[in-house]
Amino acid sequence: MASVALPSARRRLAPAARRERRNRSLLGLLAWLCGIVFFLPFAWMVLTSFHSEQDAATNPPKIDAPLTLHGYREFFGSGTGVSPWPPLTNSLTAAAVSTALVLVLAFPAAYALSIKPVRKWTDVMFFFLSTKMLPAVAGLLPVYLIAKNAGLLDNIWLLILLYTSMNLPIAVWMMRSFLAEVPVEILEAASIDGAGLPTILVRIIAPVVTPGIAATALISFIFSWNELLFARVLTGVVAGTAPVFLTGFVTSQGLFLAKVCAAAVCISLPVLAAGFAAQDKLVQGLSLGAVK
Amino acid sequence: MSTPSLTRRIRAPQAEQAPAPRTERRSPGAWARRAPLLPALVFMIVVTQLPFVGTLVISFMRWNALDPGDRGYAGLQNYKEEFTDPQLRHALTTTVVLTVAVVLVSLVLGLGLALLLDRKFLGRGIVRTLLITPFLVVPVASALLWKHALYNASYGFINGALTWIWSLFGSDNPPQPDWLTTHPLLAVEASLVWQWTPFMMLILLAGLQSRPMDIAEAARVDGAGTWQIFRYLTFPHLRRYLELAALLGSVYVVQNFDAVFTITSGGLGTANLPYTVYTTFYQAHDYGQASAAGVIVVILSIIVATFALRTVSSLFREETR
Repeated sequence: MASVALPSARRRLAPAARRERRNRSLLGLLAWLCGIVFFLPFAWMVLTSFHSEQDAATNPPKIDAPLTLHGYREFFGSGTGVSPWPPLTNSLTAAAVSTALVLVLAFPAAYALSIKPVRKWTDVMFFFLSTKMLPAVAGLLPVYLIAKNAGLLDNIWLLILLYTSMNLPIAVWMMRSFLAEVPVEILEAASIDGAGLPTILVRIIAPVVTPGIAATALISFIFSWNELLFARVLTGVVAGTAPVFLTGFVTSQGLFLAKVCAAAVCISLPVLAAGFAAQDKLVQGLSLGAVK
Repeated sequence: MSTPSLTRRIRAPQAEQAPAPRTERRSPGAWARRAPLLPALVFMIVVTQLPFVGTLVISFMRWNALDPGDRGYAGLQNYKEEFTDPQLRHALTTTVVLTVAVVLVSLVLGLGLALLLDRKFLGRGIVRTLLITPFLVVPVASALLWKHALYNASYGFINGALTWIWSLFGSDNPPQPDWLTTHPLLAVEASLVWQWTPFMMLILLAGLQSRPMDIAEAARVDGAGTWQIFRYLTFPHLRRYLELAALLGSVYVVQNFDAVFTITSGGLGTANLPYTVYTTFYQAHDYGQASAAGVIVVILSIIVATFALRTVSSLFREETR
């Protein structure tokens, strides 16, 4: 009986399985299509950056126009003599130093919020998060006035300070979620050995939560690198950052599309590289450590 | 129930297992616990709270940088002007419309993409990388890209593509709308949706991949269809990820400055609150007025944030289950 029933059942299943497989490959195709659609504007930006200004401003677009590095040479100052390195260095300094500060402040704070929590630690957590919900623009004016009186305008340290405050709440939340996962046994052994807090943090906890620290650093770096509003208002010639420099490529006369695209690619490159290299860290970071 | 009591359950058990502090000298122990927290806390209070106090004080002052001699106490004058100024009300509506539209559309698109990426297919890793690219482009760069390379009426890619498609059908009279003047707010929204969809997708994809598969499989064996499984199993599991993505997205989009500033310069009814505060301060030099606008923005944010924080705490409560 069974030997008779089986083949017929298989025959009945076969069309369903085939339909299933066809559906799956169709959905895969759809996913590819969506990926390409989302990537297209970026691809167009990269392609345009390698075109000459004349070819970049054609209608319909010249996709097969000859490639040139003219836009990139312009970005590096061949036409105007303005070097992109000071703003790039400023951005790198602001992002790197503020990220380091964020980690130095957030790591012990997260310890006091998770492993040996202070009383009312949840209130502290929500205080940190609430500062992130207040629009930074509302504090812009007093910051500007204080900076002006203190002679800190156009000073990269002012931006470092502000970027640290912008990313610290996110970092505290993320680090806390990572530290809460540290096995208690490790800490108990350490405290029996009589290790002090700095030793515990650096020697025992840090090695365990290295991926979490990396995720925190990545997010903090990206947000600092991208910031425009405060950099625009509080800096000038000396401490201007890359995003501010980028807005300067738009001119009211003449063609500028290729060099703007080249500049946009160059300035996005560090973030793109870091983001691609650490896609999983990106998810952890974006969700404040709630998604692992 | 108050927020703290909700959230205290997050990972409290672990904290209780930690060695208890010496209780005989209570206050030094408490301060030893607080010590690692204090630098960060003090730093945040000084850098983020003091400026707001400054804003509050200035908002009651008559202070225009172009007329420095006439500085003094103005009472509620600035607020009165802000509330009667149609510009602020308009900026408020724009902010709400912009935030809701961008968050909702990118959430829906992000969910669709996450569902597509959740199944295995050839080149899944590559597609994921293609999809997250928009999020990794520096926001100003992205805004410039949309404004000049895509929307531009004479040589932008969109109109260029229209010309090309029309020419395929032998027409030399393609539509060439000026996207930025005909649909300014939509133009800003589209560029932001492009940037934020990958963000939503990443969080939702992580949510999808964390769901227990055995239940879905059991349901499938019991004869549940794909839609039923999504509706009754996947979606409830995904709810807190949807909330988290929506909340974080709103926090960032509500403060958006780069796109509005770059793409439309706040013109044609696209000025949102951050941009309005920026222009009052930067261009009009009316410090009192700008501060009043700032205070109003803060109060509105506090209202929104209260709800948002409640959502976050409920998220963490569910996480412990």
